Amino acid sequence: MDNLLLMLAPLFSSKLLLVLFFGTLFGLILGVLPGLGPTTGGALILPFTMTLDPLSAIVLLTSIYCAGTYGGAITAVLINTPGTPAAAATCLDGYPLAQKGEAGRALGMATVSSTVGGIFSVVILVFFAPILAQLAYEFGQPEYFALAIFGLTMLASIGEGSPIKNLIAGAFGILISTVGKDFMTSIDRFTFGINELTEGIGFIPVVVGLFAMSEMLTQSTLINQVFNRIALKAIKLPSKDDYKKTWKTILRSSGIGSFIGVLPAEGGTVASLIGYSEAKRFSKKPEEFGKGSIEGIAGAEAANNAATGGAMVPTLALGIPGSATTAVILTGLIIHGVRPGPDLFREQPDFLYGIFGAMLIANILFFIFGFFGAKIFARITLVPNKILWPMIFAVSVCGTYSLNQSIIDVWIMLFFGVLGFFMRRYGFSVVPVIIGLILGELVEGTLRQSLVIFDGNWLMFFTRPIALTFFILSLIALAFPLIRSRKIKKNND
Amino acid sequence: MKNVQKSKRANKSLPFFFKDEFKVSFVIIFISLILLFTTFTFDVVPPILNRGIQPATFPKALLILIIAMTLIIYYLATKNPWKIEKKLPKSFFLTLFSFILFVIVSKTLDFFLAISALSIFVSYCWGEKRLFYLLLVGIIFPIIVFIFFETILGLRFPPGIITNIYYS
Repeated sequence: MDNLLLMLAPLFSSKLLLVLFFGTLFGLILGVLPGLGPTTGGALILPFTMTLDPLSAIVLLTSIYCAGTYGGAITAVLINTPGTPAAAATCLDGYPLAQKGEAGRALGMATVSSTVGGIFSVVILVFFAPILAQLAYEFGQPEYFALAIFGLTMLASIGEGSPIKNLIAGAFGILISTVGKDFMTSIDRFTFGINELTEGIGFIPVVVGLFAMSEMLTQSTLINQVFNRIALKAIKLPSKDDYKKTWKTILRSSGIGSFIGVLPAEGGTVASLIGYSEAKRFSKKPEEFGKGSIEGIAGAEAANNAATGGAMVPTLALGIPGSATTAVILTGLIIHGVRPGPDLFREQPDFLYGIFGAMLIANILFFIFGFFGAKIFARITLVPNKILWPMIFAVSVCGTYSLNQSIIDVWIMLFFGVLGFFMRRYGFSVVPVIIGLILGELVEGTLRQSLVIFDGNWLMFFTRPIALTFFILSLIALAFPLIRSRKIKKNND
Repeated sequence: MKNVQKSKRANKSLPFFFKDEFKVSFVIIFISLILLFTTFTFDVVPPILNRGIQPATFPKALLILIIAMTLIIYYLATKNPWKIEKKLPKSFFLTLFSFILFVIVSKTLDFFLAISALSIFVSYCWGEKRLFYLLLVGIIFPIIVFIFFETILGLRFPPGIITNIYYS
């Protein structure tokens, strides 16, 4: 009962309500704009959160996360371009349905299923995060090391890209985290005599560079691309018949999305693809998928929004990001002096339940905004890139500079922008770099501390049951993409 | 699908050192080797102070892992070549050039001027020819951002010919 009251606290604070309102609105705008999205948007807004108290800052970031994930569906349905990667599966049926003159119905289903998925995942978060946090009390340094390794091996199965390329990108992210003074011995590593690098490479320049600047370079190659935008008259709530057809799909995808979200490093993109394919598998009319199936939209959208709450579970309970956007939220927590993990649940329940409540309200708010404002948000896609991206550049540069007031950070951001562009061009996802960077310190720190505990005996890792379980899961995570590709190859043959 | 197969076939006919998979793998391994060499220059902690492993051990292991995995992707690419990417358009190189221009102007003249110059340059190169919109992205919007960061976040921008006028 007390926890429920704590969850409702944001409703009684005008400041938090204002932050929620702004965050949801901003998240929707970011989600609608192709190439932006909650991860880049969260990174861009992170410096601004320094003026807020920790709870308001995290509420702002989580509301951007929830609304941004939904916002991607608007662009997916109307211009066949996912506003966020997580909305890619929504294009498959959303756009064909819009082409049939049913854009309002497609967006109505996307809005309802996103809201249900989002709320479902918050319930999962409220129940499972404290349990996981309780479990984490059993963890010592070796267990955290094994957990971080599990998180990294999960990178192998991110998206449709090459698992080895994802692992290389993840290892590169960890390598970036080693730049600067070694935390145990204060010895300089990879600083090349540059004083500014002794503190290490900051998260914000890397994330803004890899996401925003690399996207700016990508957009520079697409300036002649013309989008066919389908006109939206009004968004329509799904009919009784639509609900009958889709309620099972929505619930199933909500469960799938929440589960996928909980897995370290996975996120909305993987969740929506699995949610979509499972909706097709269970459908009575699988032949309609790809041609404007309402079940397809429901399956993808419920899953990607359900992944938001799921991804917050390991982020808050263990300090392991569940997705790229939660990596930004994790950074937000750290720069505001909040240390995620089991102690957070014991010492600051009001803070945690405030976040849970804010996520719940954000899901309701984006339903209202989406339902009444989808037509207006759809118009945002009309802002030409030649106006939009120079503006994003100005905000990116000032935002990156503002954290440490360092011009070197801006140059690092530009460097990672160029690097991110070429990484994406040659099939290397940039998300593993971010996850690697976040987990790098944890991996190295726990490894070295474990070796001190074990007196340098590596084999001792395998005598700890929890650590051993995570190592076995890591092996499964590495083998899974291999099995999947063989299965696909066999099916094709 | 046909285009992908066509581009894959085209990739097969190129000498190996012109192929993307070779160039990318070569760059990764070359940089990794330089960094690996650098790790041998890190200070070594005396045994009495050393707890666990040396500071260079972890980055060394990572770099060896990266090199090994890159060799694997190159080996796999010899069996299943990557598709050839489209040639990059002029607008890409102009945008890339604007980044370099930004670094030079922000270092030598002024941070704000650099943002302004890049915004106008990029917007123009991407096809915006209307003066009002060029002024909007190049002057009006950067001023709004500048004032916002300066007053609300209390940020002090680095000195330069324009920022000095503002601060004086």
